[in-house]
This record gives sequence, structure tokens and C-alpha cells, in this order.
Amino acid sequence: MNAPATGLTGPAEPAAGPRDVVLRARDIRVEYDGERPTRAVRGVSFELRRGEVLGIAGESGCGKSTLAYALTRMLKAPARMTGGSLTFRTREGEELDLLSLDDEELRTFRWTRLSMVFQSAMNALNPVTTIGRQFGDIFRAHRPDMGKDERLSRTRALLEMVGIDAGRTSSYPHELSGGMRQRVVIAMALALEPEVVIMDEPTTALDVVVQREILDEVERLREELGFSVIFITHDLGLLLEISDRLAVMYAGEIIEYAPAEELATRAAHPYTQGLLRSFPDLTGVRRELRGIPGSPPDLRAEPPGCAFADRCEHAFDPCRSSAPRLLDLGRPGGPWTAACHLNDPGHRSAAGAPTTEGRQS
Amino acid sequence: MTALEVQNLSVDYAQAHGRPFRAVHNLSFSLEAGRTLALVGESGSGKSSVLKALSRLVRPAEGRILLGGRDDVRGREYRRAVQMVFQDPFASLNPSHTIDHHLRRPLLATGRARRGAPADQAVTELLGQVNLTPAADVARKRPHELSGGQRQRVAIARALAPQPDVLLADEPVSMLDVSIRLEILNLLDRLKRERDLALLYVTHDLATARHFSSEIMVMYRGEVVERGPSDEVILAPKHPYTQLLAAAAPSTGATREQVREGRRVRQAARAQRDAERREIVVGDGCRFRPRCPFAMDSCVRRPPEAQVGPAAGGGSGHGALCWLYAEGAGKAPAATVPQQKPAP
Repeated sequence: MNAPATGLTGPAEPAAGPRDVVLRARDIRVEYDGERPTRAVRGVSFELRRGEVLGIAGESGCGKSTLAYALTRMLKAPARMTGGSLTFRTREGEELDLLSLDDEELRTFRWTRLSMVFQSAMNALNPVTTIGRQFGDIFRAHRPDMGKDERLSRTRALLEMVGIDAGRTSSYPHELSGGMRQRVVIAMALALEPEVVIMDEPTTALDVVVQREILDEVERLREELGFSVIFITHDLGLLLEISDRLAVMYAGEIIEYAPAEELATRAAHPYTQGLLRSFPDLTGVRRELRGIPGSPPDLRAEPPGCAFADRCEHAFDPCRSSAPRLLDLGRPGGPWTAACHLNDPGHRSAAGAPTTEGRQS
Repeated sequence: MTALEVQNLSVDYAQAHGRPFRAVHNLSFSLEAGRTLALVGESGSGKSSVLKALSRLVRPAEGRILLGGRDDVRGREYRRAVQMVFQDPFASLNPSHTIDHHLRRPLLATGRARRGAPADQAVTELLGQVNLTPAADVARKRPHELSGGQRQRVAIARALAPQPDVLLADEPVSMLDVSIRLEILNLLDRLKRERDLALLYVTHDLATARHFSSEIMVMYRGEVVERGPSDEVILAPKHPYTQLLAAAAPSTGATREQVREGRRVRQAARAQRDAERREIVVGDGCRFRPRCPFAMDSCVRRPPEAQVGPAAGGGSGHGALCWLYAEGAGKAPAATVPQQKPAP
């Protein structure tokens, strides 16, 4: 179990025992059917520990959202999961194989164990009924024993928990600001005290100040309630700050998996370095700013080598011919893995290529 | 050289009941050729209203806008000289027309190129300037065949076609993928230098505002609360609102302790911010007062435009609209502001 996951693009097992792992994904593969299927997620593995924030970063079209839908088993045709396994370990210590749950089991599993805050969630509320009724629906569906008074008092408590006046239960969504609607949606996701919350770009449409308020709120609630978060966004700067560990996705694969705190200064994969460069630091020294030229590859065809090779300034011979595997870099504070030939001792000397270590200034 | 000068601009919107709502209040600034001015603020701060007034889409309630020193420039000439790049390149291009059509039309309409071969060549040149090559292939395409970044390049080329003096860029990269944002901003920066354009960069992203502009204006509820050289405003923000904005931006270099400390400070200030939602009347006083951690008695009166900067009163042009920096705070006479209906 503790051997590096050879053949998978997922990270090696963390040093922590399996006990505090709440969600384990192994070699998840998702395709969008078509004449030539688009392989949107290509063998992703990771482990989410209880109470931690796992950040997933990457540009549009790298498979972040598709992965989130796969984790919640919400993929709809033409998307199809073609491989992998998903194990959820409940608070009570029961192991659930998510892929074998039937519809009814899924219905009870979702929201009570795992809930999701969707992209542009502020538009996720029903415009024609009040906030209170929408909370009521959740409890009627999942907690049929709850009485009317209890539903209302629980709704009021949830709203206050995210910093909204409890009197707002009778408000309609359009009477709230974007930031307030976002808080409502987060309160809904937490309504049944789930163990894992997946947040897919929950704050991208909001102002910086409001965004910051909501993230602080999530952080406070997480400390209070102890749920785990999978936080998906393209905003790497934000992820570095809020997550414990970070997975960077490119072309449907995790290409680097590292402790968030150190990633900013020691990113091992050229793509991660490029993403980091794409966000100028507010107070840092002025420097030449550039993004990552080019665009992600067409996932309908299997890239012969590294999927990032065409955009990579450090690409050398092996990058075009063989796909790099996620290798443990053996750094302290790990697991820290990266899928890049530059970090593979076997290639490094042969090519005379510089290591990526310490390039980030 | 001053390309566009704005003097005491105010923008009002009619409301069903009562007084008009004043979205921009008494704003003055100038755009210099070959320089970028960044306009920063949250949604609802009046950024877009300023742009609408500058592009003559709304008529200002008060104030003057001088193009090349004249305020009597006719509509046609004004619109040629002041061009705009919009936020959403998916919505700002017509899906049923080719890229060639998008660029040829403004060239012909403003008389910048004659029909036929000269126009063909001008289209090719424009595409080359925004790094869309091979130009012939791109020109044949329709917007849906291009990526977001490519579309925004087309939108920029289209704005350049009439050879404007002033370019208004409204959040030009916020809809684009992170990896290409800097390329588009670098492109705007290069075009600004090459063509001696006066660029107004409207954004809510402080980091790019600092890196791509020489001067920053921070707007809050229709007023500029702080302005000055970019580095000074960001590295040494003086107005409490600018400080709040700067504190909200993620900093990649922070340690865990700094992050935790920042969160604690923000949560402590949260109670004050909540007050803003209940605030109904601001009256004449500072508009940031309900959210300001330093609010004091004098803030019920209109704050003065104080000169701040490295050596207080230094001539860097860094100013803040705040009582904290007033000389002999509290004694300066409060300027009178017309009564107005506060934000709903």
C-alpha cells in the first residue's frame, strides 16, 4: 500500500495512515463520447485527508470540473467514467465504494456525506421561491422526520452561521447581493453536516473583498465543523494560501502534487512555474511578466510524450517520445510528486538539462 | 501630452422615486499619451459609469470631457479618437461575421483605408500587430473558431483600426484564461508605447494594475478615494479602503503565520463591515465611514483631498480623500456636497 503508485499518474501514498483518509480516488478516467472520444481525465489519483483542504489548480479545459463531477458521480452523457475506483471512509469508519452505489444509496450519500458548491453558485438558487423554502426542501428530502419548526430553526441557524441575518429566510434570491447568495449556497452545502465539500470556483465571479470574506468564512467553518474541502480554481495564488496540499492538473492529469506552503518557491514542474508566473505578486519586485504561450493539447489524440512539451521552454528529447510519470521528489514535508523528465535522474544527466530546482525566484 | 482631460465629471441615473442616483461624483483626471492609468474599485463603485461617460454612451450630469484640449469635438470624430475594448470577447464580436469583416468595417467607416487592396493590407497589418498570424487564415475565420485570447486580440485590433488616441480597456482580461492574461496585458502595453496611446485600464485586480500602469486611481461609491503613482498606492496605501483592498489580495510570498494573522485581523474587522449593510444614510460624510476601522467624529463631514506620499506633502501626486491625513485634522472647513440619495 505504501509503494509508489507505479503506472498511475496519482501521487504516492502519504505517510499518514489510511485511517484519516476520507476520500481515496485511484486512477480515475473520464471520456466524453464522440467520433474520437475526448479523454478529459486521464488517470487521476489522490487522497483527501479528514479536515484538510486539497486545492486543484489548472487552466480551463484541464479536467478540473470533470473530475469534480466524477467524484460526486454526477457525470452525464456524453461524459462517461471509463476506469478507476473511489472509496469513501465515513466518520463511523465504514468504507463505501462510491462506484457501486445504486441511485437510492447515491441520493442519501450526496449532501449528507459529500456536498458540492458549483461554479457561479450565486445563480444556483431558484429565483421564484424564498431562501427559507429552498432550505426546507433539503430537509424534507433528507430529514423527513424533521418538523416544520425544527426546519425553520435549523435554517435560521445555518444562515447566521455564514453571517446572514436570520430574517432573510423570507427573502427571494434577487433581494440578496452576489456575495450573500454565495454564502447562502455555502450554508446549503453545509446543511446536513457533510464530511467532504467540493467547491468548484466558488468565488470567481465575486469582488476581491467579498471573495476574501467568504473564504475566511469557509476557513472558520471548517475549523469549527471539521469537514474536508476540495477547492477547485484557476487562481493559483489563492490556492497557495488556503489549501494544505495542492494538485496541479494539466491535460487531464495531475502533473504536480505538493504541500501548498512551499509550492510557491519550489515548484518542480515547468507548468506549475508558468502558472505561478501568470500571477504577479501584489507587493513583489517588478519583473518581466509573461504567461504560458500556446494552448492545451487536443485530448482526442494521445500525446506521444509529455502533454506539456509543446509549450514548455525546457523541453528536450525524451519529452517528445515518452510520457513522464509522477515521481516522488523525496523532499521533506512530502509527498511531493511531479511528472516531468527534468526531475527524473535518469534523464537529467543525459540531456544536460538544468534541474528545475530553485529556478523560481 | 494630455489626450483626454476629465473635469469635475458627475454621472446621474434617473430613479423612479426621488432624486437621481449619483454614480460618479465630481471626478477629475487626465489621460496622457503613452501612459496607462488604472482605475480600480469593487463592483458598483462607478468604474463602468466613468467608462460610459468617456465613451459618450451616457451624458454626464456635470463636468467636461476635453479631447485634445477641446470639449466641442463632434460625435463622429470623438468616437474615432476614443475606442473601447470590452470585458467579454465572447459577447463583443458578432458571431455571424468573419474576423476580416470586424476589422475592415471600422477601417472603411473612419476612412482609414480605401476599399480593396489598401483595406486588405490594413487588415493584415492590424492582425500582425496583435500577433494573430498567419493573418490570411485568421481573417477568414469567425469568432467561434478562435480561443478567448485570440478573440480579445481581434477586439483590440478592431479598437486600433480607427487609429485612436485613447483606448478604454474595461476589465480586458478578467474573462480570459490565467495563462494568457499577461500576454494580452503585455500586448496592450506594447501597443500603448508604439502608438503613443493614452490607456485607461479598468480592473479590480490590484496586482496587474500595479504592474501595467504608471498611476492608479481607487474608486469607492462614485468617488476617487486615493490616487497616485502605482507603486506608492499599492506598497504604501494610505486610504483605509485601499488598505482593505490590498489586504484582500492573495500574496504568494506569505507564510502560514502571516496568513493566519491576516485572517484574524479581517475577521475582527468583519463586524464593522457588516454595519455597512444596515447603513442607510451616509449624508455628506465620508462614504467609506461605515466600513472604516479608523472612523472618527470628523468623518461625518466631507473628507479633504490630502496630499500624502513618501515625504508628506512630497510632489509625487499621491493623494487620499481621508480625514486621517488632513492637516490639523478636523479644523479644515468641510467642502459642501450637494445632497443626494444614498445608494440603495
